[in-house]
Amino acid sequence: MTDPATFTLLVFNGLSMGSILLLVALGLALSFGLMNIINLAHGEFIMVGAYTAYSIQQVAISLTGDASPAITYIISIPVAFLVAGFMGFVIERVIIRHLYGRSLDTLLATWGVGLALQQLARSIFGAPNVQVVSPGWLAGSIQVTDILVFPIKRIFIIVLAFVCVGGLFWYMYKTHWGRRTRAVMQNRQMAASLGVAANRVDGLTFALGSGLAGVAGCTLALIGPIGPSMGTFHIVDAFMVVILGGMGQISGAIVAALTIGMLNSLFEFSTNAVLGKVMIFAMIILFLQWKPNGLMQLSKR
Amino acid sequence: MLDKFVQRIPAGLRTQILRFAPVLILAIFLFAAPLVLSDFRVNLLGKILTFAILALSLDLIWGYSGMLSLGHGVFFGLGAYAFAMFLKLEASAGELPDFMFWSGLKELPFFWSPFQYAWFALPMVIIMPGVLAGAMGYLVFRSRITGVYFALITQALALMISILFIGQQAYTGGTNGLTNLTAVFGHSIYSTSTQQYLYYITAASLLAAYLLCIGIVSSPFGRLLVAIRDDENRVRFSGYNPALIKTVVFFISAGIAGIGGALYAPQVGIVSPSIMGIVPSIEVAVWVAIGGRGTLIGAIIGAIIVNYAKSLLSESFPDFWTYFLAILFIGAVLLFPRGIIGLLRKEGWHWPPWVSVARGRFTLLTSITNNLRRQAR
Repeated sequence: MTDPATFTLLVFNGLSMGSILLLVALGLALSFGLMNIINLAHGEFIMVGAYTAYSIQQVAISLTGDASPAITYIISIPVAFLVAGFMGFVIERVIIRHLYGRSLDTLLATWGVGLALQQLARSIFGAPNVQVVSPGWLAGSIQVTDILVFPIKRIFIIVLAFVCVGGLFWYMYKTHWGRRTRAVMQNRQMAASLGVAANRVDGLTFALGSGLAGVAGCTLALIGPIGPSMGTFHIVDAFMVVILGGMGQISGAIVAALTIGMLNSLFEFSTNAVLGKVMIFAMIILFLQWKPNGLMQLSKR
Repeated sequence: MLDKFVQRIPAGLRTQILRFAPVLILAIFLFAAPLVLSDFRVNLLGKILTFAILALSLDLIWGYSGMLSLGHGVFFGLGAYAFAMFLKLEASAGELPDFMFWSGLKELPFFWSPFQYAWFALPMVIIMPGVLAGAMGYLVFRSRITGVYFALITQALALMISILFIGQQAYTGGTNGLTNLTAVFGHSIYSTSTQQYLYYITAASLLAAYLLCIGIVSSPFGRLLVAIRDDENRVRFSGYNPALIKTVVFFISAGIAGIGGALYAPQVGIVSPSIMGIVPSIEVAVWVAIGGRGTLIGAIIGAIIVNYAKSLLSESFPDFWTYFLAILFIGAVLLFPRGIIGLLRKEGWHWPPWVSVARGRFTLLTSITNNLRRQAR
């Protein structure tokens, strides 16, 4: 721990973990802040994003015969955003729209959606895990000293997360729909009576959150195997981010994701992965004794 | 003819009969089932009844107190582990349990040794899940975490406990769990007579748990639970401490779930972390929702129907079963939010006249409370 190089590496790993968590948690935080619902199928949108990246690469390989196409991965990020976003939009329109005001019921219904999506993926792609071949320009690493090695993949994921957060802030604070979203978040009835189409805001925001999960899926495809139940592994951590950050606050989610990422990398280093997770869980419960509403609280009127 | 006879029964007694009619019907069903079912099916039903106990415990806190726990599999699992530790030590007959030997342990860990005595292991079936639920519940309820937050925290608990049990190979048997539980109090668990006894014990426990839950929800304490579900702040401003009340009911619920788990262990002969992960925990909620939440008997019916359907369907069409379960989750909340019991209670259902007298009182009572509630808003 006293070794500065090891410490830098730990911080870097934490930043990398935190940025993935952030991509997953942003969508959850948005839809909770706006509609007071939690989407348990969010993890499956991650899976959809990852399988999109895989499918695009497979198509490219069969068309060109090139074993590791360089450009397809970049294309797959916006495509995954659109695919997952569209699926989120459809699910919001068909199911979630009917359940506003019944948060716990939404939880169960979206879990059902998640189950169906998992089984669908199993039918289409098979139960065994698949792999995305990383493009060549992401393969290397930057070596500073013997211990201090930064893989380019990880740097890319951190940059991508910051781009997404920047894009989200731009959307929320610089566009018409973003302003409407913030209005509905603060006071749904007042915004609706002033002419904001609240249900369209709901659908759009839900699609946006799902799309971000799709992007997160693309990044996870770079660093691990893709399987039908991959979403479940990441989703609980994302919920912890949302709870710690305070529901519905983007800035809270950012701080919480980075905190949990850092603590995770620290505890994993000093104990092991399992004990690290348990310790973080206990710390979050204790933290909520001090600040029950999480780090940041949206002022509702 | 029957109506005339029923009219002679005093009204108070009639209400009592109506209240305990489900208990009687359930008792007759449970004790008649082994007479008609094959031994294999009796064992299956015995296993399903332990799930019914679990569903009952969830309905107590979800249907009545408004807290959806997505971690109830953990309490079921802890009860199962507590009893399975005793069974494992019994099966090992004084030797070190096999998985500990494989993991390189030289002697029994200190927290395992008391479990060789039944007088220690049996109370732990309730204490272990109860204390975890009580401790976590008090911290969570004290900081006024409700609704979705509570559901997510309990789901995280399910993940944490299951990965903790998987990770501690030497102490818990890891992914495989505690296997080769061969005998319970000296009787082989594979013999038909033992399985029959276990079935009857499970059925009796289910009835006892059901009666306990009826007692709780119809007592003043039960009224408080419903009041907390409907408006926690009003209860708080009336001078009660909702955190304490919720902790107590969460403790009771976890204890009941633990008893279910303890009955599960000898009937299946293996206890593994797979019974307490995220997925089995959330499935309990769909059993309760299908049967009808906030009705107690609905939880039991839902658990029996869904699990029986699962054992029929998932053997032959495992893929189809997952889709079916997904449809159950979505349909139960979207189309039938009040479950099977809710459908039965719908208007247009023809009750015999003597039932409607008692029902009339019940509807009067509910309409009064509904009106009060509406005025309160």
